[in-house]
Amino acid sequence: MKNWGGCLALMRKELTVYFATPIFYIIGFFFLLLAGYFFYTNVLYYNLISMQAMQQAAQNPQVAAQLNPQNLVFRPLFQTLAIVLLLLVPVLTMRLLAEEKRSGTAELLFTYPLTDWGVILGKYLSALLVYLVLLGLTTCYGLAFSFMSRLDWGVVATGYLGLFLLGGACLSLGLFASSLTENQIIAAVVAFALLLLFWIIGWVQELGAGGLRGVFQFLSMMEHYENFVRGVIDTRDLVYYVSFIYFFLFLTKRQLESRRWRA
Amino acid sequence: MAMMIEVQDLTKYYGPTLAVSRLNFQVEAGEIVGFLGPNGAGKTTTLKILAGFLAPSAGTARINGHDCVTESLLVRRSLGYMPESISLYPDLTVTQFLQFASRVKGVAAREEKKEVDRVVAGCGLDEVRQTLIAALSKGFRQRLGLAQALLKEPPLLILDEPTIGLDPSQIVEIRQLIKELAGDHTVILSSHILPEVSQLCQRVIIINRGQIVASDTPENLSRQLGQGSRISLVVQGPEAEVAATLKSVPGVTQVAGQGEGRFLVEAGNDLDLRPQLARQVVEKGWELLELRAQEFTLEEVFLNLVTEEVTEEES
Repeated sequence: MKNWGGCLALMRKELTVYFATPIFYIIGFFFLLLAGYFFYTNVLYYNLISMQAMQQAAQNPQVAAQLNPQNLVFRPLFQTLAIVLLLLVPVLTMRLLAEEKRSGTAELLFTYPLTDWGVILGKYLSALLVYLVLLGLTTCYGLAFSFMSRLDWGVVATGYLGLFLLGGACLSLGLFASSLTENQIIAAVVAFALLLLFWIIGWVQELGAGGLRGVFQFLSMMEHYENFVRGVIDTRDLVYYVSFIYFFLFLTKRQLESRRWRA
Repeated sequence: MAMMIEVQDLTKYYGPTLAVSRLNFQVEAGEIVGFLGPNGAGKTTTLKILAGFLAPSAGTARINGHDCVTESLLVRRSLGYMPESISLYPDLTVTQFLQFASRVKGVAAREEKKEVDRVVAGCGLDEVRQTLIAALSKGFRQRLGLAQALLKEPPLLILDEPTIGLDPSQIVEIRQLIKELAGDHTVILSSHILPEVSQLCQRVIIINRGQIVASDTPENLSRQLGQGSRISLVVQGPEAEVAATLKSVPGVTQVAGQGEGRFLVEAGNDLDLRPQLARQVVEKGWELLELRAQEFTLEEVFLNLVTEEVTEEES
């Protein structure tokens, strides 16, 4: 792909729209409000448990060893943030392609000398960057916490890597949903439903899905996310997320190609 | 001369609806060609295919020797396209949008400012440079649409109804702008405003129901297709008698009274009957107040062609 310039220009334009309109600020406000609330309650809970543990530490040193901020503050935080993500991503991606089609600006965009990949990457990377900014803002929780207590930054960073990859995967699916329709609400609903499906698909294994159990487990987004949250980087999980992203970007490309013929 | 556009057997269906049917035409480099037709004739569809936005159902379109489907990127690099009733990003300012467009079109970073300034000045957008597109009037939006098409000086400009929705003085400006583009640029523009096409274009392609019904210079079209010549007279005298007298002049095929002494006389091809008509009137002792040869306007040619088609199909 030779026109990186065009792709970057599109990305810049998308970012301008995100930041020049209230979209980013509204999403950011509520995201941080929720994340802050969860962080705060987790810290309170950790506080409570540690107090009790201090009293019992003499009898039960094993339990005391389990008590660390990674396990009691950040792990639950990452788990709840993943659920917030489920609601956030469809909103972030629904306008990306649907709005271009609805308002008619697609006619300009697709007659500019941009490849389909240029369009897709420009759109995708802009959403990813917005998401990164949101994630970046939550790192201040960790920073604040590290002033008061010892924190294993390695585990927290791995959690963030997981959150980043999970978000990247969700955004690629959201972009694909947006390419399917010119109605933003439909794009959001489709993205939300598909994300939820990939979320809960792992639950089937608990019901004993027989031979397919392993497959469902492997497809589940949460299953792979769990490792990161625990502070484990497994190449299988990396491969899962990268192929997930590529797969949905590829479907989006196919969708864009077919537009030219069906219209 | 090199061909800029070559269209062969171009056909486009929207589902079961036939929009364009086996279109064939060519446009030479440097020409300004007008695409004329009633609403729904297939003008916009054809232009969208040329611009690479749609793929044809059958047939080929080549621009500068490159196929619009298989070499879409090459084609899109060499053209500026202004869609009909253009939509632009409402959340960007005029400058932001033009910067975006010039980057996407591959204008080098150091040329960018100069290029944006050039089209802003050329299209009279100076006073709205920092305005959000959402707040622009229709006229300014239209000009911005033209401005983005002109970025990077593409050899081919495809303009779909460029003057629609503009006020008369803006129309004159835009037309002047398009005229100035002739020579260096090939321009294909669609319109249903006939005077516009006859003023701007060296060649007119009239299209109706997805098919080309005529293609020639505006003058030739008027001459060939307006059958015969017409003379308009204003005579002071008894109407019925005047009409009968005019009718009796050899060569006159039809006389139509239009009230208040005005008569429209139609005659066979290449006959100038003005002297005979004047003499007749004066000899009868009536007052001849006005005598004027009337050319067939493109409008009538167009209506003739379009209605002829309809009646042929009906019969």
